[in-house]
Amino acid sequence: MIAALPPGSDTGSALVALPVILPLFAAGLKLGIGVRLQRTQRVISTVVLATVLAVALVLLVDADTHGPQVMYAGGWQPPVGIVLVADRLSALMLVISSAVTLCVLLYSVGQGMADQEEGTPMSVFHPSYLVLVAGVSDTFLAGDLFNLYVGFEIMLTASYVLLTLGGTVTRIRAGATYAIVSLLSSVLFLAAVAVVYAATGTVTMAELAGRFDELPDGVAVLAQISLLTVFCTKAAVFPLAAWLPDSYPTAPAPVTAVFAGLLTKVGIYAMLRTQTLLFPGDRLSDVLMVLALFSLLVGILGAVAQTDLKRLLSFTLVSHIGFMVFGIALATRAGFAGAVFYVVHHITVQTTLFLVVGLVERRGVTTDLRRLGGIAKLSPALGLVFFVPAMNLAGVPPLPGFLGKFGLMRAGVVQGGAMVYVLIAAGAATSLLTLYALAKAWNLGFWRAAPPQLYVVGVVLDTVETDEEDSPSEQEAGGDQGGAAPGGSGAVDVDVLEGRAGTASFGGRAITTGQPPAAMLVPTAALVAFGLLFTVLAGPLSSLTARVAGELTARTPYVTAVTGR
Amino acid sequence: MNETVALVATGGALIAAGTVLLLSRPLTRIVLGTVVIGNGVNLLLLSTSGAAARAPLLYRVFGPRRIADPLPQAFVLTAIVITLALTAFLSAMAYRAWQLSGTDDVQDDVEDLRVAYRAEHGEDREEHREGGARRLPMERERRARRRELLGAAEEDGQAGEGGTLRHPRRSDTHFHEARRRARAETRAHHALGARTEDETAGDDMWETILGADR
Repeated sequence: MIAALPPGSDTGSALVALPVILPLFAAGLKLGIGVRLQRTQRVISTVVLATVLAVALVLLVDADTHGPQVMYAGGWQPPVGIVLVADRLSALMLVISSAVTLCVLLYSVGQGMADQEEGTPMSVFHPSYLVLVAGVSDTFLAGDLFNLYVGFEIMLTASYVLLTLGGTVTRIRAGATYAIVSLLSSVLFLAAVAVVYAATGTVTMAELAGRFDELPDGVAVLAQISLLTVFCTKAAVFPLAAWLPDSYPTAPAPVTAVFAGLLTKVGIYAMLRTQTLLFPGDRLSDVLMVLALFSLLVGILGAVAQTDLKRLLSFTLVSHIGFMVFGIALATRAGFAGAVFYVVHHITVQTTLFLVVGLVERRGVTTDLRRLGGIAKLSPALGLVFFVPAMNLAGVPPLPGFLGKFGLMRAGVVQGGAMVYVLIAAGAATSLLTLYALAKAWNLGFWRAAPPQLYVVGVVLDTVETDEEDSPSEQEAGGDQGGAAPGGSGAVDVDVLEGRAGTASFGGRAITTGQPPAAMLVPTAALVAFGLLFTVLAGPLSSLTARVAGELTARTPYVTAVTGR
Repeated sequence: MNETVALVATGGALIAAGTVLLLSRPLTRIVLGTVVIGNGVNLLLLSTSGAAARAPLLYRVFGPRRIADPLPQAFVLTAIVITLALTAFLSAMAYRAWQLSGTDDVQDDVEDLRVAYRAEHGEDREEHREGGARRLPMERERRARRRELLGAAEEDGQAGEGGTLRHPRRSDTHFHEARRRARAETRAHHALGARTEDETAGDDMWETILGADR
């Protein structure tokens, strides 16, 4: 029952809970169904995520025209109860995330059908994926810090399962790093919540707005630093980013894509929310600037040094997080608007690129740039869907990547200051180096003549453990799974050492096909088009992000909508 | 007041103990470490409810002023449930790691290994660099060395079935040891070869960008 709604938001409020409840409900349903009724399962997933997208769009329109939409769970009021709030920022993030998750779901359904993986990996993937979506929605909508923590946990728990899908050697190794790092940051988050509650007596973010101004500076800084450390770990900001390039590339392609697109951005969202609502002003801006600087440069230099396409993209992900942190560190309206625009763009483009890499791996067995080649000739469509988002990520005008970077840099110039100019220069250098890294990837992987083994089509390679003395091509193709792994600690697979991080299918098998299956190519192309839409709609979108930033810096609409004051 | 201090002190001690566990190599110990740290943080969270008081459930009996703050207790309950789920998952993962590799130690970082190999085989790299002509004899040498290692093991243990190396008897530890060593050498060799090829190809930036279709 929903009680005591603030005036002006009648039915809109009940909608706020749907993006969390629907995927959870569907996940439960799917677990109940099990491995049976594959077709029904696919329909359920697709319908649920499409509904979530529709709900998110309605919420965005409502939040934009009528102010933040609020739902009080069980009718309990803020200091005690759980509040879900959809203001412009939340609703916008929700729209982008549900559009992206829907496309990735369609891609994974296509992949499952193409690989005929109807059994265990797929039947685990679907419910976990829906739980992940519910967790992401919950973090975007959470109106209090503890619910934010719970949202993170829902998301992370699902992500542990997704990352270790199939339980192969590489995935378990990567999963251990990922799970331990995430777990520690979660524990720190809980401690930060304890600090905030001890200092203020509430965890509702609307109530917290302004509370820290009355407290001694030291207490506020402690709370702020603890929360920032947590969110920097989740968002993979430089000194806390080492886990990302090691863990993401091993997962199945759709999983890597959705992780790269959404999970780090959830951290950025939490930073945006707390930095504007709880700790307005530029208290730790200098620190954030330095972190952004190092993220930008260290990340992109890492990307330049990589020879594996997935690792390369993972490093560009770390690097470009720096742009968003830069926007947050500016702590001005224009800075926040630029950061939000960049988040929207980056979620889409990074997901697209990882989906494309999944397709490349199916065509060329590997994502190692030294062994790939000629993809653009073998499959022109694949070349196109890689080239456009790659240029978009590098920021070639007039693509949205350019607009996002331009908006951030303009916001920086308006503010001025030595550090800001250093960051603008670093941003420009990062764009150019991104272009360099992606041009290298394009030339080596797509443009040069294909090595002979790539012309072999339609081979499904099994996971049998191949011996080293077999023919070289077979050796390359051997999966690194295998129940008969040699004993002894420190045993590392040949494949991993040579730059092949893993294999993209759900079960961890290496699977090659000729042309990419239409069921996988179409969702990818749809995401490419979605990314380009931000250029066509750049005007409305940037005025929306400006309104988002206005609402964030004003604080009162959010606080009034939740507390009624 | 005293109760709160005791909670904080215990929490701190648990976190310290958990950190020690966390710094060790086996995944099982790390799991235990996270559990202990999680409990420590839960105690800290519980300490935020202030002075000790009556159970919140009995607020009708004692009145709202004499009961403890129920909110941190709700937080802690939620956190305990989450920790339980994660402990189950991590334990399963540790078991799977043990199944796959015979140990649940956290593996060395792959990039670190690469760097270590490069340092170890600095001289060989120079040889590799000198060109493809010299690589072939090295490859032949490696294969010979491998056959030698495995052959010796086979004669000792009669492990090879019909001359193939594919299905050695699982129980033959001697053969396994030889194969493991041979594999380690092969890995080092492959890694080295891949690295040097990579480096010689990528020396010139414009070469990599423009000369891709050479």
